[in-house]
Amino acid sequence: MSAAIEVAGHGTSTTAPSKGTPMYALENVSKTYVQSQRPITALKDVSLTIGAGQLVAIQGPTGGGKSTLLQMLGALDRPTSGRVALGDAELSHLPDSRLAGIRAKEIGFVFQGFNLIPTLTAQENVETALEPLGVPGDERRRRALAALESVGLADRAGHLPGELSGGQQQRVAIARALVKEPDVLLADEPTGNLDEDTRDEIMDLLEGLWRDRGLTLIVVTHDSAIARRAERRLHIKNGTVTER
Amino acid sequence: MFFTYLRRELAGRRRQTAIIAIGMALAIALVMIVNAVSTGVRDAQADVLDSVYGVGTDLTVAQEPTPPEEGEGGPRFEFDSGDGTTADGTTEISQSRLMAGFGSTTFDAGALADVEALDDVAAAAATLSLTNTTFNGELPDFRQGSDSAAPTEGEQLAAPPAGGFDGAGGSAFDVDSFTVLGLDPAAAAVGPLSAVALDEGRGLEASDTGDAVAVLDATYATSADLAVGDTIDVGGTEFEVVGIVTSTSADTETAANVYIPLDLAQSISGEDGMISSISVQATSADRIDALQADIEEALPDATVSTQADLAASVSGSLASASSLITNLGLWVSLAVLVAAFLIAILLTIQGVTRRTREFGTLKAIGWSNRRIVGQVSGESLVQGLIGGAAGLVLGLVGIWVVNLIAPTIGGASGSDLVAGGPGGGPVAMQAAPGGGFTGPAASAAGSAEVVLNAPVTLGVIAIAIGLAVLGGLVAGAFGGWRAARLRPAEALRSNA
Repeated sequence: MSAAIEVAGHGTSTTAPSKGTPMYALENVSKTYVQSQRPITALKDVSLTIGAGQLVAIQGPTGGGKSTLLQMLGALDRPTSGRVALGDAELSHLPDSRLAGIRAKEIGFVFQGFNLIPTLTAQENVETALEPLGVPGDERRRRALAALESVGLADRAGHLPGELSGGQQQRVAIARALVKEPDVLLADEPTGNLDEDTRDEIMDLLEGLWRDRGLTLIVVTHDSAIARRAERRLHIKNGTVTER
Repeated sequence: MFFTYLRRELAGRRRQTAIIAIGMALAIALVMIVNAVSTGVRDAQADVLDSVYGVGTDLTVAQEPTPPEEGEGGPRFEFDSGDGTTADGTTEISQSRLMAGFGSTTFDAGALADVEALDDVAAAAATLSLTNTTFNGELPDFRQGSDSAAPTEGEQLAAPPAGGFDGAGGSAFDVDSFTVLGLDPAAAAVGPLSAVALDEGRGLEASDTGDAVAVLDATYATSADLAVGDTIDVGGTEFEVVGIVTSTSADTETAANVYIPLDLAQSISGEDGMISSISVQATSADRIDALQADIEEALPDATVSTQADLAASVSGSLASASSLITNLGLWVSLAVLVAAFLIAILLTIQGVTRRTREFGTLKAIGWSNRRIVGQVSGESLVQGLIGGAAGLVLGLVGIWVVNLIAPTIGGASGSDLVAGGPGGGPVAMQAAPGGGFTGPAASAAGSAEVVLNAPVTLGVIAIAIGLAVLGGLVAGAFGGWRAARLRPAEALRSNA
């Protein structure tokens, strides 16, 4: 069953929708890649809306189109056809520089592999998220430290990623995603590289932040235990999205 | 953040930084050394040329040497039976000849007026290049046997021959030659004497025309034990030494051993109204080529050479050094430079490829392409500058070593250009008693031993810094281009 379509207004600037109003609106979105000279359809005519402040889990088999959908939502890629809107912003038509601006302000990312910069300390990694916003150095350091404190890692601020455990690295990544106070947090298999105890710890953290900050949290996961914690579950297979 | 990230990256990827910096350093040092040595060789060439042709000489007019005809060649000394002074059975003979330098050609002095009449000529002076050869020796008195009657049968032979250099009828000869340059005392501003400094006494003055006065090269004066106030025999005429000069460049001698007024040089050598070279100064540097063409038109038989031609005429190991630097040195340093740039570019691109996911992440969190390209370029630039700093130090050490070794290279100027050079010292010869003797041919070319000095100029330092910046920017541009092309979605999927 396809999700109901609730079309958001057109425009190129975003304003944070209030709780319950549509954050995302996808309309007949298709994405086709060419791989080894063969076209591969990752998304087929997907239409859905995601309300502001929702916790959404996206599940599905490998190669089903989960990551592609997340990239559309994250303004990292444009659809081959159809439209993607984040608040007032038409992501499918904006130039790269505007998409980068939206990613800098509105969207936080958490990756399965943490994706921390190995040569920067935990605090400096968090600071990288404030760099494109032009936040002055002193404020940048203060906010980064506060973000690390909120994920319980203030005492590890000066450590390099290689000196931290997997769970700690993912906490740094979450602090990096949250330091700019985004409207949306996109998490791609955030616990995929973690053991069961750490998995729960990280999910507790994400869920707490979602609840406390009123974020729209979208989590791609294979793990049904995590998916069950979401208020809304989408399943994607062969590029087609269904609601669970 | 820019500098923090840059510092951390360079410190965290020390191996790549070191490889790029070492490659750049080697290339920059090599270019610096080659450039400094090349400047040194050019300076040495200029020293040789200045010592021979004078400072400020833009063009030199000479005539192609012609092969000597039958009976011509070096000086011929002929003695009559009554020549020389005899004492104790030994006859001492001495004869001095002044003639045009071997292999040089003289031409009519009227050419000077033709040259002076041309536009664009600021000054011109004629010189006559000569070689003075003195032959002196000791012979036994050949009359000692002929004064008495021939021994009759049964008589014993008269006493064995006496006299000569060994007291037993032997002979010994010395041939001493030095170079002489006849020049117009009133026109010393251009020509060989413009490149000398007065060491003692005075130089030739306009009032010296027609006077038997000479100015000596300091090196020759020392070797011949001559000082101001002494006299020197030039072609059988006694000249008073009025001054001693040295070359203005530290390592070379002046153009000739002895300088005398042109008119006397012409009359004593039998080259009346003849000259062997004209030094010409143009009114401005950009008129030199036009002036060369004008002179060639006015004097069709003459060879007109510019300073560039003269530089090409410098031969000897100086020419070899110049050729080595110009050809091998230049190409080797270029090849190393290109290799260093390629290494820097490849390693930078490889670094960007290895950091694909990192840059994808930065793009995902909102970093603009420009910011990422700036970061990559900044890192490359700093790597280049580190290499540049190391290369500067390495290059300065290399140049210091070259100057420490201070190789001496010999330069000889111009096979077709007429000039005197520091002549040979006395040549001792022993021969059986005989008649005439043809002495050794004198060298006509100016030559000098020059200590190669590789100067550190601002240009050399600018080259080092410029190459470092250029290398960094080129590598950064390629790396940045690679980083800018990364699509964030694809970069995040990368396993790099």
